[in-house]
Amino acid sequence: MREAHMPFDRPALSRRSFLQASAAAGGGLLVSVVLPGTAGEAQAAEGGSFAPDAFIRIDRSGQVTLVMPQVEMGQGTYTSLPMLVAEELEAPLARVRLEHAPPDDKLFGNRLLGFQGTGGSTSVRAFWEPLRKAGAAARGMLIMAAAASWQADANSCRAEDGEVIHTPTGRKIAYGALVDRAATLPIPDPVVLKDPKDFKLIGTAAKRLDAPDKVTGAAQYGIDVRVPGMKIAAVAACPVIGGKLARVDDSKARLVTGVRRIVRLENAVAVIADHMWAAEKGLAALDIVWDEGENAHVSTADIVKQLEEAARGPAVVSRKDGDVAKAMAVAAKTVEATYQSPFLAHATMEPINCTAHVRQDGCEVWVGTQVITRARAAAAAAAGLPVEKVRIHNFLLGGGFGRRLDVDYVTQAVLIARQVDFPVKVVWSREEDIQHDVYRPFYYDRLAAGLDESGAPIALRHRVVGSSVEARWSPEDVVNGLDSDAVEGAAGPYAVPNVLVDYVRQEPPSGLTTGWWRGVGLTHNGFVVEAFIDELAVAAGADPVAYRRKLLDGNPRMRAALDLAAAKAGWGQPLPPGVGRGVSAMFGFETYIAQVAEVAVARDGQPRVRRVVCAVDCGQTVNPDTIRAQIEGGVIFGLTAALHGEITLERGRVAQGNFDSYRMLRIDETPSIEVHIIESDAEPGGVGEPGTSAIAPAVVNAIFAATGKRLRRLPIRPADLRSD
Amino acid sequence: MPYKITVNGAEHVVDVDGDTPLLWALRDVLGLTGTKFGCGKALCGACTVLRGDSPIRSCATAIEEVGDAPITTIEAIGDTPAGKRVQKAWLDLEVVQCGYCQPGQIMSASALLASNPHPTDREIDDAMSGNICRCGAYVRIREAIRRAAAHGAEK
Repeated sequence: MREAHMPFDRPALSRRSFLQASAAAGGGLLVSVVLPGTAGEAQAAEGGSFAPDAFIRIDRSGQVTLVMPQVEMGQGTYTSLPMLVAEELEAPLARVRLEHAPPDDKLFGNRLLGFQGTGGSTSVRAFWEPLRKAGAAARGMLIMAAAASWQADANSCRAEDGEVIHTPTGRKIAYGALVDRAATLPIPDPVVLKDPKDFKLIGTAAKRLDAPDKVTGAAQYGIDVRVPGMKIAAVAACPVIGGKLARVDDSKARLVTGVRRIVRLENAVAVIADHMWAAEKGLAALDIVWDEGENAHVSTADIVKQLEEAARGPAVVSRKDGDVAKAMAVAAKTVEATYQSPFLAHATMEPINCTAHVRQDGCEVWVGTQVITRARAAAAAAAGLPVEKVRIHNFLLGGGFGRRLDVDYVTQAVLIARQVDFPVKVVWSREEDIQHDVYRPFYYDRLAAGLDESGAPIALRHRVVGSSVEARWSPEDVVNGLDSDAVEGAAGPYAVPNVLVDYVRQEPPSGLTTGWWRGVGLTHNGFVVEAFIDELAVAAGADPVAYRRKLLDGNPRMRAALDLAAAKAGWGQPLPPGVGRGVSAMFGFETYIAQVAEVAVARDGQPRVRRVVCAVDCGQTVNPDTIRAQIEGGVIFGLTAALHGEITLERGRVAQGNFDSYRMLRIDETPSIEVHIIESDAEPGGVGEPGTSAIAPAVVNAIFAATGKRLRRLPIRPADLRSD
Repeated sequence: MPYKITVNGAEHVVDVDGDTPLLWALRDVLGLTGTKFGCGKALCGACTVLRGDSPIRSCATAIEEVGDAPITTIEAIGDTPAGKRVQKAWLDLEVVQCGYCQPGQIMSASALLASNPHPTDREIDDAMSGNICRCGAYVRIREAIRRAAAHGAEK
């Protein structure tokens, strides 16, 4: 997803954040922050009602509450963001409690996205400065309050571990005893942030705050909510994309014990029952006739054909350096290739679900979502109510990966709940989840490069063809027809004098919706560009690492990551026959990552990824263990797609249904994964997605090294690699 | 019809059709939501519970098949020596990400260590390959089981 202010117009970090402090309701200190570049800032500047973007509340017991705008979907944000506050506040991390922020783009907007959302590897980056400032402001006020009560100079006092200490005498007062006085004091001006060399918490592997409840089964996800009077709904949408419900005979379903109601929607039927099994049995007992519509004969081959044709049509230019045509004409050698990346489903472990209760005067929704304000708007529209009448409760997410950036399932649940007078929990079966996802677009890429006598690329042309997620999801991001995400990373991190990147938008048949998928634009372009660069290295007769290195003279952080990954992986050391190493290097989400994969290919063509070595420079680390976990998990996510991931259409239907036909990587296919973090004092970069983006090219390049076979189409097909 | 089952040491009567999977009796009738729904077809392991000492997929076990054998779920696995060691190792190594599959992972790992206190890496992979983790915590799951096994040996 596109970051609203990045990378082109990122607000300078020196811009002030507005802070406001006041007495909290019920006693205590409340510190509010208004972030630069959000609607709240404009409001504050206009002198209207003050609208903070994040809150820290400290009560008389010394308990710190962070009203948390970001959601936890496994990435560790429930730990990393409290760490930022605790560091500057000089409070123990265990003293920080989280409260889900209510939906409000003005109050809780993510400054990189421009609204309240969790995605695009932005959480630490967006809240790095504001949350530290809020903590530092509160610390300053608590010190001033203590100094006043001692009639001492504030400069002779310091904060430590939830207390203010008068250094000369050793006297101490706990924060809880200072908050009321602190709330009457002005905000320090300027707010002084700690020198990074004094960090005690940032940069350490603090324990995850969400983990204890997750190992005992106590953690509550959206699917776990239980509301008084609630019933459970199973749902079937038309199996043909874009199709509608024609009619349904529910006479048998009504006889199933526990079935309460059958609800018809335009394109789906829901059976509401006392429990999920009764609902599933009721659903199976329905006799449904679908109006399959115009897509009843569509197959993946038709879609690929459309993409091929579109690739020859007019394109929108994304980047143009120098004169590619001229350089290609004088090149000593040219290389051309076409790459294909399939539709992919998200398959979050927590199947899609949403609970809703619609009353005449309001609507209440319980759901796990990455975009709470969009979820509220969707619920309001479906319920026919103003947004103020919708109350929405967010939960832990059993995986997001971009799926929960869409709110189609909120709309559906509210449309179902509207037809009954009790709360309904709508739970999709795994088949429903995989067959009615918003899919990662199918991309068709054409590349060409011209090499000079030495083999160095003097020209690079890259045409991206695929559907536009932005056009549907955030049309304001599409400028002159260019989907900025579709071309993210399409030129690679290398110095090439003549570059032309362009984009052709080609949508799949209507009803097949494409959306964000972990790693977004970089996952597709990273695969294509890094595999193609490998082809150029081969054409130049060069070692793939050495070839890339030469093109990274002006990019020292990228080159350092590449060098580290290569060194740690033992690049160049001999391997047995049938085993190869492949490398990838890329930049995205303000993070540099390089990976080396070691892959063995059996005679029957089965690849086995044995080892993956990652080097990552993501700037200042907040929690290095979380970074490692995100890169490890990102590698598995990307490897799952590279080895097994493909959604196909047959007769207008998604051909995959459950984990037998849409396979996930399992522990017995898991390589060893090493993550090496490069120390840096640059601004933090995102780490949720780069691990995913970098693995597929490293693997196909390793397969080439092992077998001499170049794969340009994912997923990897063992049949293409057979040697027996 | 009513079925009597013993879950985490307590007897419950669940009035559902005999073909109702144990998963939905636990979650929707008894309110034990720690056991997770992932696939409904015994393909992902998120719903794993113990029947006696054996790990079973509760999404594919009809309530009428449960019989007298005691059922242990994630809510009570910490009361067993193996379960306690596994949970501790999971926290020590920060295995958890989104955490949704982890009840099932922990049940499978606890059953493995209860029956085989010193599994080889191959045995770990075999016992755990029925449990999918979409966040990709597999490297740490392996390591945590090794650690829980080593800690068991110290006692």
